[in-house]
Amino acid sequence: MRPRRAKSKLESSFRTPLWHRIAERAIAVLALAAIAAIALIFIFIAREAVPMLWEAEFAEEVQIRDLFFAKEWKGYDEPVFVWQPVGEPAKFNVMPLFVGSLKVTLLAMLMSIPLGVGCAMFIALYAPRAVREVVKPAIELLAGIPSVVLGFFALMVIASWAQATFGFHFRLNAVVAAIGLALTIVPVIFTISEDAIQAVPNTLTEAALALGARKYQVALRIVVPAALPGIAAGVVLGFGRAIGETMIVLMASGNAAIMELFDFTTIVRTVTATIAAELGEVAQGDPHWRVLFLLGVMLFAVTFVLNILGDVIIQRLQKRLTASS
Amino acid sequence: MRHTKQDWLLAGLTGVSLAVILLLLAVLLGQIFWHGAPVISAQFLTESPGADMISGGIWPAIYGTVFMTLLMTIAGVPVGIATAIFLSEYASPRSRIAKAVRIAVNNLAGVPSIVFGLFGLGFFIIFVGGGVDALLYDDPRPVWGKPSILWASLTLAVLTLPVVIVTTEEALRTVPRELRDASLALGATRFQTVYKIVLPNAKGGILTGVILAVSRGAGEVSPIIFCGAANFLPYLPTDLRDMFMHLGYHVYALATQSPNVDAARPTLFGTVLVLLVLTFSLNLLAVIIRSRSRAALRP
Amino acid sequence: MSESQKAVAEARNDVKMETRNVNIFYGANQAIRDVDLDITDRSVTALIGPSGCGKSTYLRALNRMNDTIHSCRVEGRILLDGENIYDRGVDPVEVRRRVGMVFQKSNPFPKSIFDNVAFGLRIGGEKDKDVIAQRVEESLKGAALWDEVKDRLQSSALGLSGGQQQRLCIARCLAVWPEVILMDEPASALDPLATAKIEELIRELRERYTIVIVTHSMQQAARVSDFTAFFYMGELVEYGKTDMMFTRPTKKRTEEYISGRFG
Repeated sequence: MRPRRAKSKLESSFRTPLWHRIAERAIAVLALAAIAAIALIFIFIAREAVPMLWEAEFAEEVQIRDLFFAKEWKGYDEPVFVWQPVGEPAKFNVMPLFVGSLKVTLLAMLMSIPLGVGCAMFIALYAPRAVREVVKPAIELLAGIPSVVLGFFALMVIASWAQATFGFHFRLNAVVAAIGLALTIVPVIFTISEDAIQAVPNTLTEAALALGARKYQVALRIVVPAALPGIAAGVVLGFGRAIGETMIVLMASGNAAIMELFDFTTIVRTVTATIAAELGEVAQGDPHWRVLFLLGVMLFAVTFVLNILGDVIIQRLQKRLTASS
Repeated sequence: MRHTKQDWLLAGLTGVSLAVILLLLAVLLGQIFWHGAPVISAQFLTESPGADMISGGIWPAIYGTVFMTLLMTIAGVPVGIATAIFLSEYASPRSRIAKAVRIAVNNLAGVPSIVFGLFGLGFFIIFVGGGVDALLYDDPRPVWGKPSILWASLTLAVLTLPVVIVTTEEALRTVPRELRDASLALGATRFQTVYKIVLPNAKGGILTGVILAVSRGAGEVSPIIFCGAANFLPYLPTDLRDMFMHLGYHVYALATQSPNVDAARPTLFGTVLVLLVLTFSLNLLAVIIRSRSRAALRP
Repeated sequence: MSESQKAVAEARNDVKMETRNVNIFYGANQAIRDVDLDITDRSVTALIGPSGCGKSTYLRALNRMNDTIHSCRVEGRILLDGENIYDRGVDPVEVRRRVGMVFQKSNPFPKSIFDNVAFGLRIGGEKDKDVIAQRVEESLKGAALWDEVKDRLQSSALGLSGGQQQRLCIARCLAVWPEVILMDEPASALDPLATAKIEELIRELRERYTIVIVTHSMQQAARVSDFTAFFYMGELVEYGKTDMMFTRPTKKRTEEYISGRFG
């Protein structure tokens, strides 16, 4: 047997205060909060929705298939998609809400992609330094405006202006809500696109210029294609933001659940606005309550997928850029 | 370089998109200031609203917003900073746990704010609050298991967590590696290095990030609709279990549920202006601290 | 036995650090291969070799600074006074208090001159203000900086010149009373005058400390060191007394490098 070694001079002398060790433990534990939060969000929203699968009270009032498929209700002469929680019987078809969300979101994207990417291109390619230094904080400012303020602006100012200009039948409609939404999404798309455009290596543009390319040719054929994954990531993340935005659509879309696919000037009601407007008036555990939480679960799932997608695109881009430089 | 017609066209088109955005921003700020400023008076800022919600002032909403924001900051910011320290100073970037935390943070940042509201209701109010009630009281009337300023603040703390984490981590990364090496080589422990070298050098950046996160949380309305914000509450919350008025929620309620929106217009614009000034001054503070702390790192 | 090896053997009884079969990896790449080297007490050992030969990596293994690089792995034994610093139960913090380090780029903390030097003492638990003040003075004198800064101890260290900053880093290192000082190209970012001052300082410090210095300048190695180790492609090619190495190298590679045929 080996004799026990005398205490080494290199062993820890425990002169660090106890609270350092406690703080380090705390840091390691608190770092898990984000993971816990994501898990808890999912679990506790699902917990309020899932009982619909077995509860008798729910089955009495709603059939799960009617949540998604058209049904010919009494008094109707064809199968319809209807969201009418206070109707008799209550009708909880989520399709009009999805259509509403998609309609507003697509419209907002149609406006904000050209605006956001255009701004980014102008700033990165044409704007003099002085302009850039004014515009970037201005867009940060825009991003910092609470969405309830944008909703208010859409409701009070844009709605009247749009009706006077375009002669909309309804004062509040999908277009008005989309303009409001675009104001929150443009900063997202702008920031990410601008980063992506700035990240395109100078050597690339110089090479093209040396070959006698015009500036617009460099912009459209070299810079934008190289930055495309970044721009795409911005669009995906902007889409996620738009579909989850609540206050603007709640205030400016008119909030009637109408199943109308193509007319963009009608009143719409989105998934988010439905939750915000109706949950406060529903009793806990009611079928209506369960359906609203189900909407939350679906919203969570959709944005979760969109976020992962956006991240993957950004990571690919980073890998490609670091590999090439 | 000589510009061709196509160059001018592209510059013009992209320039127009910028002009549109700046114009909208200018109209927004201009309208709110133009219609809001005349409403602002000492009375408006310090009095409670009248029974019609239109007359009187908005003091309870200002108070509630600030109170909630403070609670949210106390609850969320330490957790966010700890997470950022863990990611930047302790975890190996390739470790599974660091990757998992990062994915969680990214996704948390993308969760719609209304979903946070459902979470606050399902978790904090029903599960935690209801659980405490079931444990402590026989009374069927809820004590903790109901909307309150506490639950609203905690919900918003979770919402702002990713912003705090991301900005703090960025601030920590600006501290040069050489300083950490120097500290470690002098026999400092990792924690001493973080506490004595990294944090003091990153504090400007951290403060900036925290303020930006806080200003975002201060203006969020949808998460608190069913977590504690009250339509009309002429008294101030004194207990964590009280409900509270909130500037943003006040705007929403007044604009969409008031029987006479035209009469409410001035009050609305005034309230929006106060909310904007509150969030902008936070943002401005962040910008000032950021530029100062950048200047301080230079010799 | 060659003369130089004999000289090394004579010094053996005064070995401060020994490394045995040291291999260092970055992920899958091997940066150091099987290095056996003895570092003599109270002397200057220079590590030379072309850039990328692994000398800095090896140096950072001597006080476990490589622990801070997540992908880095050290194998083999590195003994400090006969104890393996990579043994389980060894606290790297204790190792670093005994084996100090001065870096290539001077890295003063953005604090006052005084606080920079006092940092190591304070984190080591020293509370007595008089002790700290005395040690700071002693260390600054030891680093030949006292006369230049004694009137502005409370001003920012970032206001010093490059050479002064590096001597401050040396003073900061001396303040914790290390036994060994590792220097990673300490003068590479300095002008010739500042370099001369650092070299003079190194020669003085040799009286009391064991110094290991990485340098890319062979003239510097010749000027300041007692022993020289030549590294090439992660291996220790030759080791011996400096004057012997520079006049009569035994290996062809060493001769080629010293005569400037590659590098």
